[in-house]
Amino acid sequence: MSAHPLLRVEGLRVALDIGPEVLSGVDLTLDPGEIVGLVGESGSGKTTLATALLGHARPGARITGGTVTVGDVEILGLRPRELRRVRGGLVGYVAQDPATALNPALRIGTQLAEMAAVHLRGREVTAEVGAALEAAGLPSDRAFLRRYPHQLSGGQQQRVLIALAFLPNPRLVVLDEPTTALDVTTQARVLASVREMCRDRGAAAVYVSHDLGVVRGLADRVAVMYAGRVVETAPLGALFSSVSPPGARHPYTRGLLAASPDVAVRGAPRPIPGHAPSVTARPPGCAFAPRCVAADALCRTETPGQVEAGPGHVVACHHPLSGAVVPSEAAVVQDVVGEPLLRARDVSFSYGSQRVLHEVSLDLREGAFHALVGESGSGKTTLARVLSGFGGNVTGDLSYAGEPLAVSGADRPAELRRRIQYVFQNPYRALNPRHTVAEILRTPIRHLFGVPGDEARRRALDALGRVALRPEIAGRRPGELSGGERQRVAVARALVCEPSVLICDEITSALDVSVQAAILELLTTLRRDGLTVLFVTHDLGVVRAVADEVSVMHRGRIVEHGRTDDVLDDPEAPYTRSLVTAARGAVRQTW
Amino acid sequence: MSRPATGGRGRWLLRRVAYGATAVWATSVVVFAATQALPSDPAMAILGGDATPESLARLRLDLGLDRPLWQRYLDWLGGVLTGDLGRSLDSGTDVATLLGGRIANSLALLLLALSVAVALALALGLFAALRRGGLADRVVTSTAVSLQAVPGFVVAVALIVLLATTVWPVLPAASLLEPGLSPFAQLHYLVLPALTLVVAETPYLLRQVRSSVVEALESDYATAARLRGVPERRVIWRHALPNGLVPAVQATALTTGVLLGGSLVVEVAFSYPGLGGALNAAVGARDIPVIQAAALLIAGGVVVVNLLADLVTVLLTPRLRTGES
Repeated sequence: MSAHPLLRVEGLRVALDIGPEVLSGVDLTLDPGEIVGLVGESGSGKTTLATALLGHARPGARITGGTVTVGDVEILGLRPRELRRVRGGLVGYVAQDPATALNPALRIGTQLAEMAAVHLRGREVTAEVGAALEAAGLPSDRAFLRRYPHQLSGGQQQRVLIALAFLPNPRLVVLDEPTTALDVTTQARVLASVREMCRDRGAAAVYVSHDLGVVRGLADRVAVMYAGRVVETAPLGALFSSVSPPGARHPYTRGLLAASPDVAVRGAPRPIPGHAPSVTARPPGCAFAPRCVAADALCRTETPGQVEAGPGHVVACHHPLSGAVVPSEAAVVQDVVGEPLLRARDVSFSYGSQRVLHEVSLDLREGAFHALVGESGSGKTTLARVLSGFGGNVTGDLSYAGEPLAVSGADRPAELRRRIQYVFQNPYRALNPRHTVAEILRTPIRHLFGVPGDEARRRALDALGRVALRPEIAGRRPGELSGGERQRVAVARALVCEPSVLICDEITSALDVSVQAAILELLTTLRRDGLTVLFVTHDLGVVRAVADEVSVMHRGRIVEHGRTDDVLDDPEAPYTRSLVTAARGAVRQTW
Repeated sequence: MSRPATGGRGRWLLRRVAYGATAVWATSVVVFAATQALPSDPAMAILGGDATPESLARLRLDLGLDRPLWQRYLDWLGGVLTGDLGRSLDSGTDVATLLGGRIANSLALLLLALSVAVALALALGLFAALRRGGLADRVVTSTAVSLQAVPGFVVAVALIVLLATTVWPVLPAASLLEPGLSPFAQLHYLVLPALTLVVAETPYLLRQVRSSVVEALESDYATAARLRGVPERRVIWRHALPNGLVPAVQATALTTGVLLGGSLVVEVAFSYPGLGGALNAAVGARDIPVIQAAALLIAGGVVVVNLLADLVTVLLTPRLRTGES
């Protein structure tokens, strides 16, 4: 770290208008040209910190203390007019969701021209705009400039935002999860552009992400946030090292690392026990103490200060871990020998005149944990829904245990409907908000088994136990539960039907990694009890971690399938290769 | 709303017009059926209670009332399509002549009320949105809510008491328009009825404008523009307002629809010689041809207004105007 950092954040505090603090004294420094990855799970305050670097707090919150200095400008003390010059000009910002961060009513050219008019007075605007667009990997011709945001792909929209941010050559760019909404191959390309632009234009960057893998491929240093504080800052090498030097020192950082699936290594992601406190219910002392194995009385009363743990390595912990990182136990690779339980033969599906599945065949073997991988629009969700009996315009044959299976769930015998269960991607919309968890679980039990109330209640509680939820959850409504708890309830609702096949459609993609790890652990356990699982996902790390077999989908076709390790280590189809390369690129530093 | 890009803009417009025509046709069926179901005898209505049974029977035959319902409907529909709306049972005059002047009067009232209401709603809605959460916003919004809760006829009576009779009598209480003159040449007759409509409709529009502008001001793209250093003035006028106006356009169409039919109360309260007043009188007199024509005209007006609003919405929304890439 140099004596003249570009960014210096000291004691930064942001509080909600109703009282509780979102950020409780954040310290962070950045050297010129350095890229820092800011990592944390939802509710950690990372987005709040990102916008506070531009002197902004969202409605309902305000910056209550501390300083943010960029170069020699103290941002929090600026008057509105000066602040406007700093925003965009000195510090650029790239928002999380490209679909909503561009004005839908303005042409791309108009939005770029506006940026130029604000920050590039009197300069050769056309040339600068062209250069920024090209550096971001976009065309700069008139036809492109006349487009509206909706006429671009998600990746292009995000590149436009990046071009906008870099156009006035800011010294610091804050990127708030800019690739979360993108496919893995697009994500890898956008990350490469960001890296190049930072290097070529000499800009430093704060890259906010919930994904350690992404940060690993991009950042020089990593800052880990938990409950409104930076708990550990370390050079990339020090953090990810598993032997010596001792790597991550904070128990939360280690937990986060252990929970993140990695496409390169087969290992079961380990969940962090408990869950992150909400902003309004953060415990005193070290906020991580209730989930920490090493916590003692001191941790529960006193907030730990920053401790030097190595060169450029700072940790805020009373008892930083020092031993070597225990490698996660390798997940049991199971060679599935079972007969195909659920089969699809030459299945095609169309929405109106548009065909989205082209003669797809799939064998789901009994007892397998089978992953169905692809990017958005590849048809993986459609195939999962066809297998589940959503019906629609389907041709081809389905069979279950050798017997023909009707395409529409309504035409299937009740027994088969029960045996094939489906869990939706979004746990926030899949549960009836007016029903208690008990009602949600009892309804299918009574409907399918016609058992008396007491027995239904017993089975509902039993299912809650199987998904590791406390019995008192039964009286709550979905609105009172966290995302991970809701998804467990959704899984429990499928389990009470006593299914043979569980079809899971991206059920962890809306969840934090530590929560995802818990759900994956749960599925692995259920599978050990004989359940067959079809797991739809876009995340190759998750595939490597838990799946025995994998089918890769691209443009409505299955382009490759086989044992997980075979497919991921030695992909044959060109598309699979590009997927694996992109996923590996995200976890390997390439420069 | 369906997207015009699929199948070209011309075809989209054509389809919308066809939908609109279908809606008007469906209204014609309902109106015709409803008027036929009225417990009244047109012959009796024309000749009066002391007519002989023979003359009644003869008139029924002349009016074609012995023919089946569907045939009479087709005759009537054919007449409407060729511009012949029939004759008033009450006065014997041609329905088109009877309603022509009144339509002009109603449109004048509507136009005046609407332009004032829209201008007020935009100004106050934007004002409240920019000061959202503040005292000014709370005053404007809660006043709007209170006014919205007051029925139109109460507003009319209150305005009459206030500006025509008791408190400050500067305006005529009844709008006795000179038949030969344009309504705009006798503006003082229009003020009170127009004001009543403005008071009745502005609050709804204002709240629509406020909420859609607030949404646009707090949108991700407005925040992103601010974080790029774009001045607030430009964020308001260039980023928030164009997007905030779209819901307001649809709300205006809805209001206009309400005004087309709803000016009835106002027209009656001020004895204003408009379409609503004519409809009211015709219902009282069981003057079926006039009821049918007036109802159909109002339905047609609502359809046209909504079509226009959809067109404006498309023009304001690039996503609808252009195709997906």
